[in-house]
Formats: sequence, structure tokens, C-alpha cells
Amino acid sequence: MIDMMSFIRTAALLNNMDINIEKNGNVTIIELNGDLNANSTAKIQDQVLSATPPNSKVLLDMTNVKYMSSAGLRFLLLLSRQLGGQVGNIVLTGLREEVEDVMSITGFLDFFVTAEDRAEALKTLS
Amino acid sequence: MQNTRIDNQPTHVYKEYRLRIGQPLPFGATVTSHGVNFAIFSRFATSCTLVLYLKNEKDPFVEIPFPEEFRIGHVFTMIVFDLDYERIEYGFRMDGPNKPHMGHRFHPQNVLSDPYAKSIGGREIWGDVTNPEFDYQHRAQIIPEDYDWGNDRPPNIPMEDLVIYEMHVRGFTKNPNSNAKYGGTYAAIREKIPYFVELGINCIELLPIFEFDELEYVRRNPVTKERLMNYWGYSTIGFFAPKSGYAATGVYGMHCDELKTLVKELHRNGIEVILDVVYNHTAEGNEKGPAISFRGIDNKTYYMLDPDGRYLNFSGTGNTMNCNNPVVRNMVVDSLRYWAAEYHIDGFRFDLASILGRDQLGRPLANPPLLEMLAYDPILANCKLIAEAWDAGGMYQVGSFPAYGRWAEWNGKYRDSIRRFLKSDRGLAWEISERVQGSPDLYAGRGATASVNFITAHDGFTLYDLYAYNDKHNLQNGEDNRDGANDNYSWNCGVEGETDDEEINQLRRRLIKNALATLMMSKGVPMLLMGDEMGRTQFGNNNMYCHDNITNWLDWSLLKKNEDIFTFCKYCIQFRHQHPVLRGANHFQHRDMVGSGYPDISFHGTRAWQPDWSSYVLTMAFMLDGAHTVTYGHAPDDMIYMAFNMHWDSHIFQLPQLPANKNWHVFINTSPGVENIIHPPGAEILINPQDHIWVGGRSVVVLVGK
Repeated sequence: MIDMMSFIRTAALLNNMDINIEKNGNVTIIELNGDLNANSTAKIQDQVLSATPPNSKVLLDMTNVKYMSSAGLRFLLLLSRQLGGQVGNIVLTGLREEVEDVMSITGFLDFFVTAEDRAEALKTLS
Repeated sequence: MQNTRIDNQPTHVYKEYRLRIGQPLPFGATVTSHGVNFAIFSRFATSCTLVLYLKNEKDPFVEIPFPEEFRIGHVFTMIVFDLDYERIEYGFRMDGPNKPHMGHRFHPQNVLSDPYAKSIGGREIWGDVTNPEFDYQHRAQIIPEDYDWGNDRPPNIPMEDLVIYEMHVRGFTKNPNSNAKYGGTYAAIREKIPYFVELGINCIELLPIFEFDELEYVRRNPVTKERLMNYWGYSTIGFFAPKSGYAATGVYGMHCDELKTLVKELHRNGIEVILDVVYNHTAEGNEKGPAISFRGIDNKTYYMLDPDGRYLNFSGTGNTMNCNNPVVRNMVVDSLRYWAAEYHIDGFRFDLASILGRDQLGRPLANPPLLEMLAYDPILANCKLIAEAWDAGGMYQVGSFPAYGRWAEWNGKYRDSIRRFLKSDRGLAWEISERVQGSPDLYAGRGATASVNFITAHDGFTLYDLYAYNDKHNLQNGEDNRDGANDNYSWNCGVEGETDDEEINQLRRRLIKNALATLMMSKGVPMLLMGDEMGRTQFGNNNMYCHDNITNWLDWSLLKKNEDIFTFCKYCIQFRHQHPVLRGANHFQHRDMVGSGYPDISFHGTRAWQPDWSSYVLTMAFMLDGAHTVTYGHAPDDMIYMAFNMHWDSHIFQLPQLPANKNWHVFINTSPGVENIIHPPGAEILINPQDHIWVGGRSVVVLVGK
């Protein structure tokens, strides 16, 4: 069993977020680095949403996301809705076990496709 | 037009906080487009202060007194602009008279939780005080109420088709041998959905999940010295907040999403969720109890008090909610509506429901407005309403609970008389004939679905212990074995507790199977206690409310050890689902309504068509005519015959003759020597001869005529 409390205490220490956005053909690759919470989400929201017009395809690389709050999860869902709301428009990769578990347990994972790595994610999106 | 509205602008400023008078309804904290609307009722407070904290901070970052002009009637209401609601917790200070003899207990030094809090922080991890140094422990939180339910629809299973499984969230999977990743949580229940599907139950009833404080006791187990906990949770702190310590994600503040996801997934698998709800009292106890919320906000409104301001105690826990005060009544309705609408809950079982029918001085009401309101509420229209139809003040309403055509009851008389008959007490044959029919003697006019049939529940012995213990063994509860029921109607089969005697163990298994078969063949709504399907023991303790350890957590290794019991139980449930003749909503009429030549139900003794209701008789049999299922919308079913021989000697039962094209097939026979006879439903075996069957001592037989 995983000790959630020690995990969240560790996560609380890492509270900065920066993002890299690049293009690979018609796929927008967004790499998130840091915690995804109410604060960091507010900071990156405009940048991410403007890089992802409706019906575009997005690869979210979450390798460096150690913690995601309720607001973070809602931000991902909002992004998915902006893209048209169909499962498959966003592929998440690099999900840590704890982050993936939280997404699964709270039902948010149902709205996303996940991939082992970027290559698999790009294949899924093509 | 929107730009011309001015109500998105503050009208007041306090320190750097911008304010405006809020909406008095709904009560609680509501997120609006530009801030948070706080609304709290108090009739007798003279003033109120909103206290705001950052999560995990001991001291508030601001305390905002409600301006005089922000009070509408008895409601303080205020919008605070630009709050990052995910990061804050809130409470109230209430000023007013501190005159207990007049019913008032205002102490403005206390910060109080919101009775309408949708989430309460402080016990995010079970058994752990998140911040022990905080004075304000149970902190109201604000959650996003934006869950995406997709196409979820409550299964809306007809009451008569339910098979309820009564369970404890934590106890179900906390044992490491459950193999659940996050044992003891809502998420772990979701992992076990395939188990429910295999067992065949279609409704889980969860012991209380409203926020409570498992650490409210200071007593220790006198034997092990372990700290005792409020494990069951019949001690509500907030009527709108799910227990966060039951969530794997409680530490992230995502327990509400986790619980909703569990409900959604259960629904997807055709399983309903009933909550065991405790509106009869709160965690604040008697005069010596803590001020958590209600008593400091408006003691005189929320609690039943005697003329000298002392708490009336119809719940046995120190206080009694004043459920028929109109304001409290509305809170109960609001709470239930919230669970039905926001969490898609399918029904409620009301703990000590008779209290909900008492007036403000505790007198029983002839036409209790709260019970009537719930029965006719538009949002609760499809919810099951089940009453524990008694209270600790001596009201016992089994069979007479004010039902308004809606309410069902935990049928305590079913439990008691079935227990007595199955352990071979005499003089019960006639009463048993009523119980297996859905107790028409108790529920005439209300139908069989008014009767929730159970032999065991969380409160009392498990089914295994019913046949392993004569007496309760509650010393570890720290109350000198005074607590817990004394009338258990149990029988240890010769040895108190565990034994190596194979004969006794065989007998116990047989009695367990007799009980499971009786429960699943009875008309009404069967309720199975968690673990009884695999022979769970509580080591003779019949009141396991305070133990959070391996003795109280479901031991999943029993599935293998008692595989025969599990298979037996599973087949009984499957059989019930396959045979609508067992599940009619209305009572039998004891006559032939379809021209089949058989009455819908008939009773028999050891001689067919000759029931013997004599006081010394320990045998009884009944036959259901499957042709009658057309009267309630099903294709004609098979004939079903069940014989009870609770005598210790074997008896031969003469069988009623079937129509020419049908033959008797055996589904269950628990007789000694053949006790493992249970066939997969649909694959029952033809018996020979057809005109009688030998039934061993303390055994039951179920036959299918097809």
C-alpha cells in the first residue's frame, strides 16, 4: 500500500510549474514540469489553451508532474473539452503511478488515453 | 444586459476583503462567479463572524464579522469576493447567551463547523489527527461540485428484486489479504465490484459515511490496551460531508470525486448504493461533549431539550436531534436531497428512525411531518427509504412505522423469529409461515417490499457466530460485557467458540446454510451481512463498534476456507434472481388466481396439504405456484417447494403432487450426509421417488417443480 501522506508532503515541496510546447506534425506536444495545482494551473492555463485550438491533437508529457490537485485534474478535463471532448484527442504519457492512481480513483482517467512513452503516444494520435 | 448588473460588485470592504450581502439560500458555502456565498442560520445568536483559514494553517488569515445589515431573518449571509476556495477552510464564531438552563450554549471563543459543510477536513487519514495542535479540528471546506456523471442513471431496481449487502467501507478491504491497492477505501470497493457481481448482490448498503471522528473515544481495550475507536461511525459531524478518511484521495481533498466515481462504477455494473444515515443524534454528545458545530450555533433549535435545558436522550448517545423542528427538518431533507442529487445515491436506511417521528419534546407524533415530507419529496422520489423502526427511548414500530406508501423497515421480527426457529425453538411454525411470506401479519396493505428481511446485521452476531456462541463476548469493548444485545437467539452447537470437533463444525455449517437458504427463499427484501457469505467470525463479540483491527476486517482467506458456504450463498442468490415467484411485491392471496389448480402459496407439513401449526411442531413446508408470476408481469415460473425440519431427528416429508408435465428436482438439501447438495440454479437434479423426500435433522430442502 502506498503512503499517501508522505507522498503529499514531499509533493508540497515542489510547487513550481513550467511548460514546454512544441509541434510534431499536427500534434502539439506539451511537457509539464512541476506540480499541477490551482496556482500553477492559473499560470499556464492561457498559454496551454491558446496553443490547443478545438479539434487539435495534444500529447501531454507528464513525466515531471509529481502531484496533481483537484484543480489540476479539472484543468486537464477543461482542455479535453476545448479539444472537442472526445476521448483520444489528448494522450497522456509519463504518468507516475501515484498520479495515475489518483486520476483513476477519481474517475478522471476515463476521459483520457494514456501511453507508455512519447513514441507510443504519437502513434496513438496519428 | 449582463454588463448593467451591479451585483457582481462589492458593496463593503473589511480590511482588504471585498464583501457584499449574500443570498440566504442555499445554506452553506456556495461558489459564485466572483466569490463565495456564505449563509448560516442561527435563531438565537446575537452576532456571527466568518473565520477563514488556509489549509494546514493553525491560525485564521482573517475573521470577518457579518455586518448587521447582512442578516436576513435568522440567516447571516455574505459574499466574500476573490477567495481561492480550494485552498481555504472556514468556520464561524457565534455570540449569544450562554445560559444552558434556557437551552443556549453560545461561546464565541469556539470556532464552529458549518452544519452544511460539503467537506470537512481534519481526519483525512483514518486514525490520524491531521493537525493535533489545531483548536478548530473539524474544518469546513468548499469543494467543486462539477462532477461529470456522463450517462449515469441510477439502476432504479424494483425493491422486490434487491439483494442488499450490508457492509463497512473500511472493514471490507482493510485486511491486507483483500489485495486491494488502497485498502479500506472507497476506491478499494470499486476494485471489488467483480466480487459483488459474482456473489450476485445488486445493492450495497454502507455503514455511515457522513464525516465522523473515529478518535472520539479515549477508552482502551482492557485486554490488548489498544485504543478503541468509533469504527462504525454512528456519530455524525456533518450531514453533507463524506468521510474523507475512507478515501484514498482524502489527503488531496478529492474524496468527493472518489466516492462519486465509486457510485458511478457500481451503477454501471447494475449495483445500487444505499447509505446508512444517522440523523437522530450528532457527535456532540451530552452536556460534557465537545462543541463542534450545532450546539454552538443554535443549541436550542438543533437538539431536543428538557424544560431545564438538559439534553433528551432517545438515541442512547447523549443527545437527540430535534428532527421535527421545522428548521432541522429542512436540514434533514436538504441533506438527503444533496446525496440523491450530487452523489446519485439510490436509497437510505435511517438509523433509529423512530426518533424522526417524535416531536420537539420527544413525544411520538401521529402524523410525523418529516417522515411525510421524505415520502413525498420530488427529488427523493425514486430513492428507497428504509427505517430502523425503533429507538433507544423505547419506541418499537416494526410493522407500524408511518409509511405513506413508501417506507420499508428493517424487519426485526423476521430476524428474531427466524433465528429462534432455526435453532429449534418450538411454537414458531405459524409465525415462520408469516415471515417467509414477507410478513403479511405486520405489513398488510404495504406489501412484501415493506419488509427488509435479515438474520444478521452489523449490530449483533455474525451468522457464523450465531452458531458458535451462546453468549456475547464483549469484554474487549471495555464496558464489562454490559453492552450489546442479550437476546441473541444463538446456539453454540455444544461448545462455546472454536472447536476441533468435526461433528460440531459440520452442524454449524449446516445451520449457516439453512439460514442463508431461508433468507433467500423468503418474500421481501433480503439483506446479507458482509462476510456471512464466507463464514466471517467476530469471535463472539456482538457489538463490534469500537475495534479497528484485524478482528473486525473481513478476512478474505475465508473465501477459500469456507468455499462451500460461499458457493452455497452465491447459488441461493442466483436462484432468487432466476425465480420471480420468490420476489413478488405484493403479499400472497392463498388462492388460485390464474386457473393453474394451485393457490399462489400453500403450506404443508410432513403430510402434503396438511400444515401442522401445533406448538410442539418443528417442521413446516411451503410451495409456491410459479404460474402466478403472470399476475405481476413475468413469464410463468417453476413450482418451488421448501421444507424445514428443525427437529433433531429426520422426517419424511410427503410432497405435493405436481401438474402432469412437471417433476420435482432438488436444488438444496442440507441433510446430514448430503449437506453439500446444492446444484447450480437451472441444473437441479431429478429426484426419485417423486412423492416424498427424507429430510435430516436440522435441515432444509428446496425443490424445483419443472
